[in-house]
Amino acid sequence: MQEQSLIGAFEAPPQDAARAFRAALEALARPGTIHEIKGGQAPAPVSEAAASLLLTLCDPETPLCLMGRHDTPEIRDWIAFQIGAPIVGPESAMFALGTWTALQPITNFLIGTPEYPDRSTTLIVEMEALSQDGATLAGPGIKETATLALPDIEPFQMNHALFPLGVDFYFTAGTQIAGLPRSTRISGTQVLEATEAN
Amino acid sequence: MSDYNFAYLDEQTKRMIRRAILKGIAVPGYQVPFASREMPMPYGWGTGGVQVSAACLCPEDTLKVIDQGADDTTNAVSIRKFFEKTAEIAVTEKTREATVIQTRHRIPEEPLTEGQILVYQVPIPEPLRFLEPRETETRKMHALEEYGLMHVKLYEDIAKHGHIATSYAYPVKVEDRYVMDPSPIPKFDNPKMDMAAIQLFGAGREQRIYAVPPYTKVVSLDFEDHPFDPSKANHPCDLCGAEHTYLDEVIIDDEGGRMFVCSDTDYCAERQAEGHRGRLSPSENIEKAAE
Ligand SMILES: [Zn+2]
Repeated sequence: MQEQSLIGAFEAPPQDAARAFRAALEALARPGTIHEIKGGQAPAPVSEAAASLLLTLCDPETPLCLMGRHDTPEIRDWIAFQIGAPIVGPESAMFALGTWTALQPITNFLIGTPEYPDRSTTLIVEMEALSQDGATLAGPGIKETATLALPDIEPFQMNHALFPLGVDFYFTAGTQIAGLPRSTRISGTQVLEATEAN
Repeated sequence: MSDYNFAYLDEQTKRMIRRAILKGIAVPGYQVPFASREMPMPYGWGTGGVQVSAACLCPEDTLKVIDQGADDTTNAVSIRKFFEKTAEIAVTEKTREATVIQTRHRIPEEPLTEGQILVYQVPIPEPLRFLEPRETETRKMHALEEYGLMHVKLYEDIAKHGHIATSYAYPVKVEDRYVMDPSPIPKFDNPKMDMAAIQLFGAGREQRIYAVPPYTKVVSLDFEDHPFDPSKANHPCDLCGAEHTYLDEVIIDDEGGRMFVCSDTDYCAERQAEGHRGRLSPSENIEKAAE
């Protein structure tokens, strides 16, 4: 086990996790808003925001899927030591972590069942930066419309079309987080490929 | 107090509750199952709401707890003290100052704002339960959007009483999809549910969490020929003169004398402090006595 896996937990777990959860709650409850979330440090290339979100929501009860450059021995060790989540493939993941490209195709993830739409995957999409300069959002949590830079448009529209089934998204970069629940309607064609981490 | 049970619950339990809350936000009005924990208080005291609050509270929060609109009932005082002790958070009776508000049976009169969370204590989360006792069946009805029976029930009310008799826990439809129990608030409060704050609902005994994000469409079920009527009593408040609030009827003497006062005690007190007067305002009586 790498020494790196022994560090990076919250300094004051109950308080830091509570603050991180509130950021995650506000982000998902108000699509298009960007929030600070910090305190967790995982091996590169995991952002502080994604590490904090994993520490806040994941544990041995939440199968986690690591994709692309987020699936390294160092990251697996860190997850094993700090979180204890079993590492699984997309078809049984409650959470998934990776860049937008690495997470494709998102149709591999769980969308829940008509009776249990909550049995679905939450995707943590690592970005180079978060910006409100992008697609137009509407729906629950949004007064009229909001905007958010998304790495794509159509897959999110298709995901929304499955409502109340579907996956939910968090976008993370540095210490910032934004959320996009399946309930959000998306319009606009602006795709900011440059914002994706690579 | 140990850091490891900030807000009473252990970290693993809070993670499980937090995940359920986020699913509730993603699917507004859908009841997310969760593994409810024993709390050091009876179920009737809103252990579902207490667990949701415990999962949300940060050290920086200011908590308000109301029961039937009042901050000073045994239930409200106990829950407030519980979190003062276990989370060392600030508390308030002022709606405006609170970041988290736990409630039973009312929505505050003052409009809630962004950044606030309203946590409801829910006794029976399933709006279809009285029509269908089997959980497997109600789950199927929600999955298929089979809400015809609910409309039939409301229409039977109209046939029997000339109007829809349900006045508490009046069912709503959230974002044109799920029929939801708004908890036993008076139907007067239903229109307030389309609000700027996050609304979270916790049912402890029934082990369900559900949510309504800010600015979400919440429509009280009704019929074209019998539109929803939030029904407001025909009196102003006898203490602050408000004509737009939900009132409680209070017996004031042995001769059956009664008065109508705002059920939201903080709102009423603030109006009185601002100089608003009602028919039986104490200060006016004092002035009269002094004359
Ligand atoms: Zn009043």
